[in-house]
Amino acid sequence: MIRNPKDLVRYTPEERANHWLGGICFILLALSGLAFFHPAFWPLTQLFGGGVWARILHPFIGLVMALSFLSLFLRFRALNAMTPVDKEWLSRMREMVDGNDHNMPEQGKYNGGQKMMFWAIAVCLLLLVVSGILLWRAYFTFPVELVRLGAVIHAFCAVVMICTIMVHVYAAIWVKGTMRAMWHGTVTRAWAKQHHRVWYRQVTGK
Amino acid sequence: MALQSLDIARSSATTTPPPSVRQTTEVAKLIDVSTCIGCKACQAACMEWNDIREEIGTCSGVYDNPTNLTENSWTVMRFAEVEEAGKLEWLIRKDGCMHCADPGCLKACPAPGAILQYANGIVDFQEEYCIGCGYCVTGCPFNIPRISQKDGKAYKCTLCSDRVAVGQAPACIKSCPTGALQFGSKEQMRDYAEHRVVDLKERGFKEAGIYDPQGVGGTHVMYVLHHADRPQLYNGLPADPGISPLVHLWKGFAKPLATVAMAAVALGSLYHYVTKGPNEVSKELEDELEKEDAL
Repeated sequence: MIRNPKDLVRYTPEERANHWLGGICFILLALSGLAFFHPAFWPLTQLFGGGVWARILHPFIGLVMALSFLSLFLRFRALNAMTPVDKEWLSRMREMVDGNDHNMPEQGKYNGGQKMMFWAIAVCLLLLVVSGILLWRAYFTFPVELVRLGAVIHAFCAVVMICTIMVHVYAAIWVKGTMRAMWHGTVTRAWAKQHHRVWYRQVTGK
Repeated sequence: MALQSLDIARSSATTTPPPSVRQTTEVAKLIDVSTCIGCKACQAACMEWNDIREEIGTCSGVYDNPTNLTENSWTVMRFAEVEEAGKLEWLIRKDGCMHCADPGCLKACPAPGAILQYANGIVDFQEEYCIGCGYCVTGCPFNIPRISQKDGKAYKCTLCSDRVAVGQAPACIKSCPTGALQFGSKEQMRDYAEHRVVDLKERGFKEAGIYDPQGVGGTHVMYVLHHADRPQLYNGLPADPGISPLVHLWKGFAKPLATVAMAAVALGSLYHYVTKGPNEVSKELEDELEKEDAL
């Protein structure tokens, strides 16, 4: 039962499926990766059937994530191109964080913060895939200095990625009415008008 | 090996002290390169005692056989032909784990207890806890550990920790026909080595010396070299080995720092939510749209 037929479609089922495939991969990768990162997280290997399974699975899940994000990247790349309005939005992010968002510049489908996140994830994932292959000893052998550099890059990008995704998830929790866009695809018109007014005008023609 | 489980100095990926109530004497193997004849008895004894067999290989045109360390060959003789002062020198080095005082493999290993360092200085892999990630290979300054294709576990010389635990010398030592391999307390071995260096110097090897690199805190396998000023001559023995700064960065202070950073983002988000409250859709906007709909 649709509560309000005038709700706006923000994501198609394909886009949502694509997003959640990446999301599930990210969770599995973060849990298994953290287990290797610091002994404090070692018990997480139990979720994967032990340390050996975590080691075997992690890179394959990584490949699925890379492919799923590539598909997401191609879908949303154009919508995430930075514009001067985004720069202005970013420079006034303080107001947004403080909860006074009514004076923020009008936004298209994505605001400057979301775009920054999109590109940060894209760059991190690219580096994670390349450095991850350097570390994949089961199938590849590279000069050890390169592997050492790969290990540092992989760990660094993974931490940036985990922090970025935590902010991503938190933003969706914080801004009420957002989650449903990714769960079942629609948002209310009021939500769209408040947070993405330019996009609201585009889709409603008002 | 479980027999030494009360004298563990360090355990990989472990943040609390391992069982370390028993203190034992620091041991060392001394490899006197100047008296080694390259007979490979030590290689045979190693396979014999540890009961592992290398696959039959083919001749690669030189004496090296097998040509590299493998999961089955924990020690190999490396033969180098070097011209020194117009004379050919055949430098033969028994290669294998150096049992570093500051082991890069142990530092890099993410699996708790998969690599142990005993109070006697032996660095030992516990294959049952090994997850096969190969980080030990990444951490090692001497390129020693080998991951088995068969079981995905890392293997290397144990310095016959099982024999040493019951007061026996490693198998390779017992097999050496020339006395090039010696085993005892680290102190004894240094004394013996110094005596050998004096002898070599008298014979004209002015740069003879002991290889006990301090970059890794010293090793529990030491060499007596005729050309201690140029260890690289001996098939690339590193002149100044140490744990790579990249490994230090990766496995050192960055780890707790990053963990704190991640926790800060999570807690910061929670703090933000409870202090600023949720970002709701404004009632005003909702009413406005409702009015439009009613028209």
